[in-house]
Amino acid sequence: MKSAVIVFPGSNCDRDIAVALEQVTGRKPAMVWHKDTELPEGTDFIALPGGFSYGDYLRSGAMAARSPIMQAVKDATARGVPLIGICNGFQVLTEAGLLPGALMRNAGLSFVCRPVPLKVENSQSLFTSAYDSGETVVFPVAHHDGNYQADQDTLDRLEDEGRVAFRYLDEVNGSARRIAGILNDAGNVLGLMPHPERVVEPAHGSIDGRRLFEGLLESVA
Amino acid sequence: MKARVFVTLKPGVLDPQGKAIHHALEGLGFSGVNDVRAGKLIELDLADGIVDSDIEDMCRKLLANTVIENFRIERLENA
Repeated sequence: MKSAVIVFPGSNCDRDIAVALEQVTGRKPAMVWHKDTELPEGTDFIALPGGFSYGDYLRSGAMAARSPIMQAVKDATARGVPLIGICNGFQVLTEAGLLPGALMRNAGLSFVCRPVPLKVENSQSLFTSAYDSGETVVFPVAHHDGNYQADQDTLDRLEDEGRVAFRYLDEVNGSARRIAGILNDAGNVLGLMPHPERVVEPAHGSIDGRRLFEGLLESVA
Repeated sequence: MKARVFVTLKPGVLDPQGKAIHHALEGLGFSGVNDVRAGKLIELDLADGIVDSDIEDMCRKLLANTVIENFRIERLENA
C-alpha cells in the first residue's frame, strides 16, 4: 500500500498516523505538504491527520479545505482512492464538501480529551472490515469541535445507507445521534473524530485501532 | 470601498457559545434576555469594481459554511 499523509501548517498527528501506517503496511508513507498540487504517483491511500490546521482560524478545517493539495485529493477520491480524515482531518473533509454535515463546537464547550467507547456500526466498509458489527472498541478523542450536525434528511440517509461507521456509546460532544464517524456515499472516504492511530501498539494501552489499518491494507492490497 | 459580512448560525442550529454567553449574562444579573446567538463580523476592504456577486461568491466559497451558517452583506459606499 502506497500511502500519503497530507501535512498542513498546524497538523500535529501527522507523525502518529505515519508511524501507524508504517507499522501495519511495512512501508513509510509519503508526507505531502499542503502547498503541493500533486500526490506521489501510484498513491493508493490518503490520510488527513489530526491537529489544528491554520490555528482553526475562521472555522476548524476551513482554510485547509481550500489549500492547493485538496484538488488532487478530491480527484483521487473521485477515482476511488480510499481516504481517511481523523479529527481535524474529518473537519477538513466536511469543509471540503467530501462528507456531508459540519463539526461544531462541543455542546459542553469544553475540550474533550479521553478514551471513549465506540460501537462499530458498519463492518462492511473498506476501513472496518476487520471489526465485527456491533463490536465495542475504545479510541481516544481530543477535540474542541467534534459536535457532528447535519439536517434530519442527511442524518436519516446516513443511517439508512449504513454510512454511520462509528457511534459513541455515551454522550461525548453533543453530536447528532452520537455519530463519531461517517462514510461518503461511495464508501471510500471515512471521517471520524476519535483517533485510531493512537491505539495501535501495546505501549499505547490498547491496540483497538490497529485493525482499522489492517483491514484497510487487506482491502487495498 | 468597504463591505461588512455578517455570518450567523442558521435558525435551529444549536449555538453552545450563545448559550454560554446567555448564562453568563444571567449570572451578572441581567434579566430579560430571552436568547443569545453568536456570529462573526468580517470586514473587507475592496478594490473598485468588486460587485455584490463577487462578495457573495467569497461568502459561499469560504467566509460562511452554508451547511450551518447564513451570511448578510452590507456595503459601506463612502468608507
